[in-house]
Amino acid sequence: MQKKLRVGWFSFSCCEDSTILFVELMNERFLDWKRLIDFRHARVLQGRNFDDYLDVAFVEGAIATERDADELVRIRSRSKRLVAIGACACEGMPSGQRNEFDEEKKREIQFLVDRFRLCERVRKVSDIVVVDSLVPGCPMVEQAFLDVLDKYLMEFGVVHA
Amino acid sequence: MHSELDIRIEQLTKIEGHVNVDVKVRAGKVEYVRLKISENKRFYTQAIRGRSFSAAPQLMSRICGTCSIAHLLCCIGAVEDALKLEVSAQTKILRLLSMYGMYIRDHALHLYLFALPDVLGKDSLLELDENKPEERQWLDEAFAVKGAGNRLSQLIAGRAVHSPFPVVGGHLKFPDESSVAGILAELKRVRPMVFHVIDAFRDCLFVYDRKTDFIAIDGEGFLPFGGEVKSSRGRGLSSRQYFQHLEKVVIPYSQAMGYSFEGKDYMVGSLARINLNSGKLHPSTLRDCASYLKLFPSKNIYHNNLAQAIETVHAIDHSIELLENTKFVQESRAPVAARACEGTAAVEAPRGILYYRVRMDEKGVIDDATVVVPTQQNQINMERDIKDIVESNLSMDKDFITAEIEKLLRAYDPCMSCASHFLRINWV
Repeated sequence: MQKKLRVGWFSFSCCEDSTILFVELMNERFLDWKRLIDFRHARVLQGRNFDDYLDVAFVEGAIATERDADELVRIRSRSKRLVAIGACACEGMPSGQRNEFDEEKKREIQFLVDRFRLCERVRKVSDIVVVDSLVPGCPMVEQAFLDVLDKYLMEFGVVHA
Repeated sequence: MHSELDIRIEQLTKIEGHVNVDVKVRAGKVEYVRLKISENKRFYTQAIRGRSFSAAPQLMSRICGTCSIAHLLCCIGAVEDALKLEVSAQTKILRLLSMYGMYIRDHALHLYLFALPDVLGKDSLLELDENKPEERQWLDEAFAVKGAGNRLSQLIAGRAVHSPFPVVGGHLKFPDESSVAGILAELKRVRPMVFHVIDAFRDCLFVYDRKTDFIAIDGEGFLPFGGEVKSSRGRGLSSRQYFQHLEKVVIPYSQAMGYSFEGKDYMVGSLARINLNSGKLHPSTLRDCASYLKLFPSKNIYHNNLAQAIETVHAIDHSIELLENTKFVQESRAPVAARACEGTAAVEAPRGILYYRVRMDEKGVIDDATVVVPTQQNQINMERDIKDIVESNLSMDKDFITAEIEKLLRAYDPCMSCASHFLRINWV
């Protein structure tokens, strides 16, 4: 029986550009990935998703609410490795651009920050949980993602050198 | 028959972005439906202020991953409209091809990965068995068609997401002959595959008829930009006038607001475009899709999927024609001189009309902007349709009703990433 890497793909505040690239990378790799990866959670791919333990959680997007921060902590607690995907997850930007707004813009948006219980500051993933690997880029650098995926396929004994 | 029923769909799957749905039924009546776009606001129409007109399009591209080329080109269009900038014929062709690459990729994503599993009775395309020939065919076709769109965007626009080549006044890099030959062969190879998915959505028995006004850009051909905005009630409006006919509808529980057109609900997107403008499709598309087009104009919202599939053929056919008949040459961007001005643009993003207005000062720094995205425009219809579906199915079990809601929302192909960018709201 082929061992599979248990993977989750999660999106927080972002444009989901890296999700799109992830799905595009499937065009040439679908059958390989299906053989090697057990997608436990990937809303873009499937209706039935599971909140159980993961070998690797891929996390896209910045964290803009306490609710999302709590969710991120839960994801971290059940994942052996966590990878921040794309600029918003790695650096908090551009989704966190309101952090840099001048006072006038901050005043303008404050009622919405309050209304939707957004945090005063948008945070990157590593501000909240331990991150094992970074895949930077806006959108993510595809080769960097593939390298990280290969690394964990090896580390978890799904493929061998 | 449910007298009391509560439905909560948390994070609807197989769509772009995040949305929750709450439905409350009491005494056999739907008390409320709340389509809560839960994507957190990222305040792009604030962030654009203070940016130069040349940097703004790349910033606004980040509103949405999957529709990023539409945001990029619509923002460029609004800036060029403001500056009264004319671009070359080749630039217009490159922009059309950029849009078509996005249409093919984005429609294929929605059709094969999001909507087709509903038709096939599967949870996911991942469930298809590659060892069964008929299921393997779906897998091969899904990724081949989607891949062709992706590669067309890569070649023409530099990348399918946040494309670096289209800029204000022109284009930065031009495809060479061998690359053009390669993508032409690929587009021709995948074209026949699309008819399989067209058949699937034509033969699918899903029906949800509703009356609504359909609105789409009507130009010289079946093009994603250029021309007036037309409604099925016959109104022709410039992009500037269009916004004046929209009314903002604040939806307090959603991170996006809705719009009505002249006080009435309306729909934008593929179904609107095919209903209003199918006669302008590419001649090869018209010829080969003639039997499918007899189903239009259609009031069946599920025909939005069929319309997307037909548009995929059109995008392939027109791309082939453009690529075969254009010899791409190096050219400079149109010279740009900043001045205080204001401009608008509307493009047909895959999910419908996308509208931009930008205003800039004498140094070319943006000081005000408005963006209206397709999903905001369809939001009111989606809510009303959920209410109707629930009321019509109160004798069915909860799982069935929930599945019907999800299926219908997917047919609209909403994009929540787009919808929750920020617009200035005047709260009263």
